[in-house]
Amino acid sequence: MTGLILLIKYALLYGAVLLLVAMGGMWSEHSGVINIALEGIMTIGAVAGALILCLMANQPPALMVITSILVACAAGVVYSALLAFASINLKADQTIGGTALNLMGTALALVLVKNYNLKHGGGQSPKLTYNNSPFIFKIGSITVNVFVILAIILLVISFYLMYKTKFGLRLRACGEHPQAAASVGINVFVMRWAGVLISGFLGGLGGFAFVVPSVSIWNFEQGVAGMGFLALAVMIFGQWHPLRIALCALFFAVFKALADIADSTFLGSLKLAKEIYRMMPFIASLIVLAFTSKNSKAPKAEGIPYDKGMR
Amino acid sequence: MNKKPVSPLLMKTKSAGASILSSLVCILIGLVLGYLFLVILNSKSAWKDGLLPIIKGGFKSFGNEKLMKTGAHMKPLGMEIAEAAPLIMTGLSVAFAFKTGLFNIGAAGQYVLGAFGGLYCALVLKLPWWLCLLAATVCGGLWGAVPGILKAYLNVNEVITCIMMNWIGLYGANTLMYQNGKSPMYFLKQAKTYTVASKSPKSLIPSKIFGWDMTKTFNYSAMTIAVFLAVIVAVIIYVIINKTTFGYELKACGSNKNAAKYAGINDKRNIILSMVIAGALAGFGAGLFYLAGVEQYNPQESTALPGQGFNGISVALLASLNPIGCIFSGVFISHLSVGGNAMKQSVFPKEISDAVSGIIVYLCAFSMLFKGFFMKLFEGKLFHKKEGGGKK
Repeated sequence: MTGLILLIKYALLYGAVLLLVAMGGMWSEHSGVINIALEGIMTIGAVAGALILCLMANQPPALMVITSILVACAAGVVYSALLAFASINLKADQTIGGTALNLMGTALALVLVKNYNLKHGGGQSPKLTYNNSPFIFKIGSITVNVFVILAIILLVISFYLMYKTKFGLRLRACGEHPQAAASVGINVFVMRWAGVLISGFLGGLGGFAFVVPSVSIWNFEQGVAGMGFLALAVMIFGQWHPLRIALCALFFAVFKALADIADSTFLGSLKLAKEIYRMMPFIASLIVLAFTSKNSKAPKAEGIPYDKGMR
Repeated sequence: MNKKPVSPLLMKTKSAGASILSSLVCILIGLVLGYLFLVILNSKSAWKDGLLPIIKGGFKSFGNEKLMKTGAHMKPLGMEIAEAAPLIMTGLSVAFAFKTGLFNIGAAGQYVLGAFGGLYCALVLKLPWWLCLLAATVCGGLWGAVPGILKAYLNVNEVITCIMMNWIGLYGANTLMYQNGKSPMYFLKQAKTYTVASKSPKSLIPSKIFGWDMTKTFNYSAMTIAVFLAVIVAVIIYVIINKTTFGYELKACGSNKNAAKYAGINDKRNIILSMVIAGALAGFGAGLFYLAGVEQYNPQESTALPGQGFNGISVALLASLNPIGCIFSGVFISHLSVGGNAMKQSVFPKEISDAVSGIIVYLCAFSMLFKGFFMKLFEGKLFHKKEGGGKK
């Protein structure tokens, strides 16, 4: 029974993270920009939020929670603007730009953390220690964090914006056929910028949601440990649709949670290495990709820089 | 207006010159931004303890008389060269796949598999070094084949499959090399794999070439002929891409798949072969790194892929995808990272050098802009555009 409760706790935690970040990827790709930089955006969001937590250690908890979440989101937005600028305005290769942001993300986070620790007597440690208790509360015997609730709210908002408003329709048009969208007076540049910035917002929040509720010390040498890439897999698995993404996020989260609790429950008797559970979501999405790619629902124009002259 | 005929050789030189200049501009801007960063962190010693060590890199102890006497001043340079060898290889891996229009972001995973293949043959089977290197190459190639096959036959985006294969490879190889501490390759006391030297000295890449003992000259035990092997491979790749029919076919597939198909080129075969070779190159790089004994592999490090894989992207882009250029950009990226370690760590974290190389890749993403600028400059079109009456 304790095993099950632990499983639910971790599955909810990871599920919220994957949902947030995969929705971020979805927004960007529907506008026509491949966002491979999610890993880097998450790291930057996480480090910004965690640093605020450290600096505000003596403030009232409610203020701390709200400020740190807002700062994490803002950091994600600012960082994703770099991707938007390179891929929309300068028409650079989106995958290369995103890879560069991933490379920079962990490096920048480490520089910031080490600099903070050096100035506050923590030596050259790559770890941050913060108080995460205001983020966590209990429903019955299950531990829940604020990000689970935020993720569900943002899922509803995302779905509504994407499928029930003019803005969403226009944004999706820019990812399917930007020239056609432009011919009816939609500003493709604005829509693509909006898509990437929303994805930065969700990515930054997701990074913070991954780091803070689970532990109170985080080693930034590992960045966000591949969660950004896993979220990309969730997005593809979910076929770029928010509700399917939510289901897939939960499915992937259960596997990731299994890896964490394997040793302490009955699964330990199977004597499988943790890594096997960690591998499974990736293998599953590889197989699904192989069989569904022929009728993939990926936005048609993703990855192609918008060129007004090409019709 | 009559145009003078332009010789193709001159055009080529101009284009190459523009590529080199645009890479240099990327590096320069990267270093300037890095310096700004250092100034923000600590304005007083930004030059002396920050940028200067980065620029000096492996040459940091040159001029230090005390170290010069014992020969120890050569060691950082040896480290720089030893760490450059795998970077050159992963750079070649990325560059080679790019020629066929494929973005090999999976070099990291192929590198891990190469490390596993090479170390298994060395630590368990105790084979001679060249067989171990071959095993590393084959393992990397096999890992590269999967995205290639999926791309060729099922049209799955290779970037996504490569990312998946990276993590599957990392978890898989780590499991095999760790096995809850029971693996014959895992040395519990050091929490890493055994050193190749302790288990099977003949599996180490030799350090003597034509009677020249490189270990002695550089005062560094992991200084081997690895770097020469990397240079030889770079030249071979250059010849394959530019001087053979196979290379031409690959490039044709890269620039326009449909046109290549129409001309009778087997695009599926070329896509798969290109990925296999790219994977093999990355695996070979891992062999050069671990079989030289630069570092021991840590199979419990399961949250981050090895940096060499992703730095390969920096190397390839900085070299404008030219195999010979990869040699120089590989050494440069290694120079940056050795320089980063040489900074005063109590003021400037060594990751600043990673940030600088990240900035450089970001700039490389739109280096075509710089290149276009220099091409215009060479042709004298920049300042008197309107003279000739437009484009004709």
